[in-house]
Amino acid sequence: MTKTMTGAKMVVQALIDQGVEVVFGYPGGAVLPIYDEIFQQNSIQHVLVRHEQGAVHAAEGYARSTGKPGVALVTSGPGATNAVTGLTDALLDSIPIVVLTGQVPTFMIGTDGFQEADTVGITRPCTKHNWLVKDTDKLANTIHEAFHVATSGRPGPVLIDIPKDVQFANGTYSEKSKRKSHYAPQVKGDIAMITELAEAMAKAKRPLFYTGGGVINSGPAASQLLRELVEATGFPITSTLMGLGCYPASGPAWLGMLGMHGTYEANLAMHGCDLMINIGARFDDRITGRLDAFSPKSTKAHIDIDASSINKVIQVDMPILGDVAHVLEDLLKVWKAQGRKTEKESVAKWWKQINEWRAKDCLGFTQDGPIIRPQYALSRLEALTKDHDRYITTEVGQHQMWAAQYLGFEDPNRWMTSGGLGTMGYGTPASIGVQMAHRDSLVINVAGEASWLMNMQEMGTAMQYRLPVKQFILNNERLGMVRQWQQLLHGERYSQSWSEALPDFVKLAEAFGAKGIRCDNPDDLDEAIKEMIAYDGPVIFDCLVEKHENCFPMIPSGKAHNEMLLANAQVQGSITATGAVLV
Amino acid sequence: MSALNIKKGASSHSAYDLRSTFGDTIERHTLAVIVENEPGVLARVIGLFAGRGYNIESLTVAEIDHTGHLSRITIVTTGTPQVIVQIKAQLGRIVPVHEVHDLTVDGPSVERELALLKVAGQGEARVEALRLADIFRASVVDSTLQSFVFEITGTPEKIDAFSELMRPLGLQEVARTGVAALARGKESHV
Repeated sequence: MTKTMTGAKMVVQALIDQGVEVVFGYPGGAVLPIYDEIFQQNSIQHVLVRHEQGAVHAAEGYARSTGKPGVALVTSGPGATNAVTGLTDALLDSIPIVVLTGQVPTFMIGTDGFQEADTVGITRPCTKHNWLVKDTDKLANTIHEAFHVATSGRPGPVLIDIPKDVQFANGTYSEKSKRKSHYAPQVKGDIAMITELAEAMAKAKRPLFYTGGGVINSGPAASQLLRELVEATGFPITSTLMGLGCYPASGPAWLGMLGMHGTYEANLAMHGCDLMINIGARFDDRITGRLDAFSPKSTKAHIDIDASSINKVIQVDMPILGDVAHVLEDLLKVWKAQGRKTEKESVAKWWKQINEWRAKDCLGFTQDGPIIRPQYALSRLEALTKDHDRYITTEVGQHQMWAAQYLGFEDPNRWMTSGGLGTMGYGTPASIGVQMAHRDSLVINVAGEASWLMNMQEMGTAMQYRLPVKQFILNNERLGMVRQWQQLLHGERYSQSWSEALPDFVKLAEAFGAKGIRCDNPDDLDEAIKEMIAYDGPVIFDCLVEKHENCFPMIPSGKAHNEMLLANAQVQGSITATGAVLV
Repeated sequence: MSALNIKKGASSHSAYDLRSTFGDTIERHTLAVIVENEPGVLARVIGLFAGRGYNIESLTVAEIDHTGHLSRITIVTTGTPQVIVQIKAQLGRIVPVHEVHDLTVDGPSVERELALLKVAGQGEARVEALRLADIFRASVVDSTLQSFVFEITGTPEKIDAFSELMRPLGLQEVARTGVAALARGKESHV
């Protein structure tokens, strides 16, 4: 039976058929027919954001915390251009989202019509794929294909641009099952190479698992298999910012995050290992530091679903193209079937060395004096919330790194942060997306006051939908990471890196109808955090912290892992002119 | 070195081909990219080269399968072996790209380019142009008392050589198609 309906109805029908429950969006002239259809149904809940960038970040938060694709709906022109940052963010972090944009009617395309922008042109380099649909008959199939592309292979953002006349016109709806697509990325890894990796693991004296967001993107099974593999081998494991939670922070093999602000033990283990097993990470520059001094003595294996990630910056010895869960399943099978044993004595020696590095306690700090140190604030937040059903989002900057260092993640999909693009303003809308998916959970956005102000309008969204998101702002009245780099690299000339005329965050919370809490005393902090957790509604928590705290450990730009700095005293003259060029 | 040539959906493909033995020399490679002929597909390919800073020496494109709506893009590019591998991998992940073939490493191949050259002149130069055209098997497709338009087919090097010879004889204008290339032998890509 063929179903005839308008394009606008088709959009809603296709979303329902794809299992979509929530759409984040903002109406406008070019999407009015779709909004009319949304009005006349109850299957999909629409969340009205306050800015289109917020819609896309909320969809990202939704997607990351559920593993399902997030959906955003915005109008043409400015609606679409406001979505660009979110699309780029999702592209860099491989987050599956589907963005629907309105477009001027097909007969007006190219005439510089009102609110016309070349949306597919603008978003071509910041989506995994995009489509301009000029024929209503093709609309439903395009939407089905879009969900397939967004969620298959290396996930990513896709966009469908729908001219207004296509929304009004009648066409034939094609079922999800009728979708035709040639797009089918390889998921099974090459078994010969997997066997070779198992052999290398059995012989390794100083092995290390280096995991990333690919483990999370591969689904909960991948994290489970990873945990089994770590247990079966007893090898140490570290993770990138994007991979936090794939192995539990309380697990015995956990070394903490690696990279520019990673732990001493994780980075030195990367530098000194003889077998590096990269699982779903991409040798990002935050991780590698100086390339020619990156883990010089190791044999490297790399499991990745994207062929273009392999040998892009670091040449590897054992490339395995495939989905993490599929490859780990095969690797475990091979490992067990062959009764593989590790080099127990050597690995024990390796652990002894790692434990010596651990003893440095690189994240140690003391809370002395009357001013809250940000590390203390996050340690207390961790202590008081870790037993809750908790989701964390962040903005971008020092607070983000401290959150990665001082909060522990036991499970995947609990940690939402803008890693690749580093988008300030990500956290607030992302927390809204997360809370929409997990209504009864504790959702906290760890923020800096500067980042938080970038998308603070979304507090209105939180109020409207009764989303009890907790905005935990570490307020140092500075653009902390910029200030830190200016101190280290630019002769302490703090150009434009402090925030004057900050709002009163408590009054701001009240103006939105939310609860505001301010805390500036370490002794009051626990009570204040408990009050935040207990409050049934959105909270803006203004935590006034030490203004000039730097984020350590730190691998200065242009340096190798074994040249990391642990404290301020080591900073002077540590970064050369060539290093300063790097970001 | 072996080429990265992963067919989408091919689960039995050996990843051994991904092993790198990279050098620093700049190589010239001819790539055949089979794409779905949908709007914007050429912009995606060109945008990839522009956005990631890769070189395009020559690019040709035309639909080759009118029922299947497949186009063949032939790209001649240069780069270090590592860059060439990246280019192929990046091309491979563009959704409407069906296949990427590196004709330079896949085996022997033939490359041809067509060019039209307008040569104006009189007297001895005009006779000489005609004589050289004959040697290069170029044909005359337009003629006036003061000019010829030659059509020549061959490798890019042959066309370069012919253009250089025509220059002192009154070369006015050149139009070149860019390279079309196919692997030799009975195996086919599409």
